[in-house]
Amino acid sequence: MTAITYPLSPAARKERATQEPAWVRWSLIGLAFVFLTLFLFIPLISVFYEAFKKGVNVYLAAITDPDAVSAIKLTLTVAAIAVPLNLVFGVAAAWAIAKFEFRGKNLLITLIDLPFSVSPVVSGLIYVLVFGLQGWLGPWLAEHDLKIIFAVPGIVLATVFVTVPFIARELIPLMQAQGTEEEEAAVVLGASGWQTFYHVTLPNIKWGLLYGSILCNARAMGEFGAVSVVSGHIRGSTNTLPLHVEILYNEYNFAAAFAVASLLALLALVTLALKTLIESRNKHHNKQRGHE
Amino acid sequence: MSTFKQHSILPGFNLALGFTLLYLSLIVLIPLSAAFIRTAELTWPEFLAIVTTPRVVASYQLTFGASFAAAIVNAVFGLLVAWVLVRYHFPGKKLVDALVDLPFALPTAVAGIALTALYAGNGWIGQFLEPLGIKVAFTPIGIFVALTFIGLPFVVRTVQPVLEDIESELEEAAATLGANRWQTFTRVIFPALFPALMTGFALAFARAIGEYGSVIFIAGNMPMISEITPLLIITKLEQYDYAGATALSVVMLVISFILLLIINLLQWWSRRRSIES
Repeated sequence: MTAITYPLSPAARKERATQEPAWVRWSLIGLAFVFLTLFLFIPLISVFYEAFKKGVNVYLAAITDPDAVSAIKLTLTVAAIAVPLNLVFGVAAAWAIAKFEFRGKNLLITLIDLPFSVSPVVSGLIYVLVFGLQGWLGPWLAEHDLKIIFAVPGIVLATVFVTVPFIARELIPLMQAQGTEEEEAAVVLGASGWQTFYHVTLPNIKWGLLYGSILCNARAMGEFGAVSVVSGHIRGSTNTLPLHVEILYNEYNFAAAFAVASLLALLALVTLALKTLIESRNKHHNKQRGHE
Repeated sequence: MSTFKQHSILPGFNLALGFTLLYLSLIVLIPLSAAFIRTAELTWPEFLAIVTTPRVVASYQLTFGASFAAAIVNAVFGLLVAWVLVRYHFPGKKLVDALVDLPFALPTAVAGIALTALYAGNGWIGQFLEPLGIKVAFTPIGIFVALTFIGLPFVVRTVQPVLEDIESELEEAAATLGANRWQTFTRVIFPALFPALMTGFALAFARAIGEYGSVIFIAGNMPMISEITPLLIITKLEQYDYAGATALSVVMLVISFILLLIINLLQWWSRRRSIES
């Protein structure tokens, strides 16, 4: 009799009480898919479609054009300077914040995050106000024939500004969670500061460092607004890849614009793949650690 | 000194903090202060006159309106996407989860030209909207579309971890007490998610206010109609109107700082909530 009054097993009943009916589940999944398709998948696919629309030859011509090659070189150079600078900064900031207790720590963390909340355009403008011809150091720089704004140093500075928080904000919570016991043990056993950092801290934070660097690199290579203000858009000299895309697009050279854009989209996809890889590795790693 | 820092046997504090402060000052604080110091050269009436001309006010209205609408859409659909990713199983889930971060990784200029091509009258999506009389590209609606794209990950990524941490016992208890699924969601789950949802909304809104790259391609950039405030700053700069550009950027900076403060408060609220539960 009881079997007839309660046709569902206890597990199934619990599932029914804490899960939505199948039609609701699939409608929600469907709705989420429609939204993501419209705003995410189609824009991504369209970049590659537009890039190859006029054929592989047009595509190859666009990305091997001397101006495009010089834009690629400049973008790589800028990232090669900005990422290591912010890496050193991130490690120093995280060491001070995570391993020590001092007053004003929360204010410092907020200051590190500040560039994320500043409009890219304003990020570029403030460097014009300091180094531009009308700026604080402008006359002095002009006297000594040094060019920062409308030249590569300005592009590097603006890029460093917008990417300051990436590595620091990845390392700070990681190093806070790891505590100071291992480092203290190393110091007590007679290791120097650098030895402690190199042999104890660095192995613990290497994946966080890599994670932060990948995100920092993606933003450094893709930054548009801030760089656009300080670059001066000189073809073959101060054009980064995103700026080159804009120039081609404004010249109605759509196939070439999308061809160059597809390189940046590829960079974004590689970034996401590496990011996902590190995340799943960390999840796995944490699980193993939990079982120990 | 002893009151400033607690004692520790670890070395390197002075070097690490010194370098951090020097770097932050040179890269962030001194350049940012330039905007405020240069603006202080203006008198108060001059400043007010610059930041309240009809064209500037129209750009505020557009920037805030489009950002607000985009953040609302992101709050609704971000919650939906986070829910679907945490609670349900379906093919391709891992791929979808990874791709949600695309707007963070894709350079804004690429997003801008892709969305413009899609929503133009002859584009993949625009061709279906055009016969209905809906113009997206080169109108304020286009700005809304671009801002929705760039704000998409914020709500998903703030709500997702909180949703993962909600104990199933809470929902079982609600069900035992006679609540149906909808009641459990509105009375138990949603209140627990709300601080994170608000944080995500505020982050998306703050990002949208300052956004430039993805918007300028699709906006049409008509003064008074589809000209956002960041573009107006660039326009003034190109006309060598440094005082005007700087004054406007100070307005934007003050707004960003206020939003940053609100976001910090929301995150504090969100953390306290999760500790309580």
